[in-house]
Amino acid sequence: MADEVILLDGYVSSFGMRVRVALAEKGIRYEYREEDLRNKSQLLLKMNPIHKKIPVLIHNGKPVCESLIIVQYIDEVWKDKAPLLPSDPYQRAQARFWADFIDKKLYDASRKIWTTKGEEQEAAKKEFIEVLKVLEGELGDKPYFMGERFGFLDIALITFYSWFHAFETLGNFSIEAECPKLISWAKRCLQKESVSKSLADQKKVYEFVVEMKKSLGV
Amino acid sequence: MADQVRLFGTWCSPFSTRVIWALKLKGIPYDYIEEDLPYKKSAQLLKYNPVHKKIPVLVHGEKPICESMVIVEYIEETWLQNPLLPSDPYGRAMARFWVKFAEDTAPAIWMVFRTTGEEQEKAKKEVLEMLKTIEEHAGLDKKRFFGGDNIGIVDIAFGQIARWFGVIEEVVGMELLEPHAFPLVHAWTNNFKDVPAIRGNLPDHDRMVAFFKPFRESLLASS
Repeated sequence: MADEVILLDGYVSSFGMRVRVALAEKGIRYEYREEDLRNKSQLLLKMNPIHKKIPVLIHNGKPVCESLIIVQYIDEVWKDKAPLLPSDPYQRAQARFWADFIDKKLYDASRKIWTTKGEEQEAAKKEFIEVLKVLEGELGDKPYFMGERFGFLDIALITFYSWFHAFETLGNFSIEAECPKLISWAKRCLQKESVSKSLADQKKVYEFVVEMKKSLGV
Repeated sequence: MADQVRLFGTWCSPFSTRVIWALKLKGIPYDYIEEDLPYKKSAQLLKYNPVHKKIPVLVHGEKPICESMVIVEYIEETWLQNPLLPSDPYGRAMARFWVKFAEDTAPAIWMVFRTTGEEQEKAKKEVLEMLKTIEEHAGLDKKRFFGGDNIGIVDIAFGQIARWFGVIEEVVGMELLEPHAFPLVHAWTNNFKDVPAIRGNLPDHDRMVAFFKPFRESLLASS
């Protein structure tokens, strides 16, 4: 029996992109459905009643929610190709720790860059760069976060890259100047088709953010 | 010989207690090091958790693992007896969803603890919403524990409800987990505390009230 895989998503969402990258890495065929977050579909509300958020993966009718949980699910179900998490429990714990760090620190810091001005924005930029520098330190001289192979932690972070252009333009700063090694890593990831085909176009993200600013009045 | 297992924690932390529960449920021997938080952090703690400088930290041999639920998953994957997660990927994804929910909603009760007035009211609302979500969506009407017949990772994640909630309720003078409003959650707290590994590793309610009451007063006085 063929698998039915549906992804409820939003084009510019870094969280949704994580799932797209994972599906592409594994070569899984799926149906992509773009959600209008101002007018959520009945299916989304039914499949994610608690959070009502994207991404949601619907596998043979059963929903999986939360981007990194979906990525782990994909890794466990389609386990015969392109393993995303390392097999060693300690390495897996490190990957989960750093993914948790990214989720706790990066999103909030980055959101403040485009929703604030003046001193508040300066503080947000500083915090954002600090978080990236910690991650850059963790990357060190390795090609990817867990070593020689692209995987879970790279997926967790790379999808924020499509928002960097928007942050740089609206925050008037250069991320590459502050974190050159991280940008090299990002460009390395982008050479993979699974990444380049899954990430949102940075100009479209910028246009989206400008629209959001207008509608939020910030 | 197996590598030594060390746990850095504090007696009254629900986060380090989560790790103790996982270790006890699997029968893993370990050495416990009590950290004198929030006043002093040992050199070892800062060495093993330079990023967050927090407990709990599990050190297996010389390998440190930080963040309580990351530690619990590590324990689950390293010691395979008495599994805390189901074996099927969908069951695991469901369990991880609820663990994340527990993590995301955990701070609210501590905001009730450390604030007053409007801020506290807002935190109280969040706590009640969390309890309502569990009551309505976790399927506790059909099972003893979040995972089914046996205690598992989600129960561990929500464990602070079974003891710390009562302590904070007493310290701030507010009832949040009303049994008639949340009968399923309330029943679960009793099932949870009945498990021997849990019952023998719950910090004492009165001892915690005696600690947290003056602690709250000092927090409010300095803010």
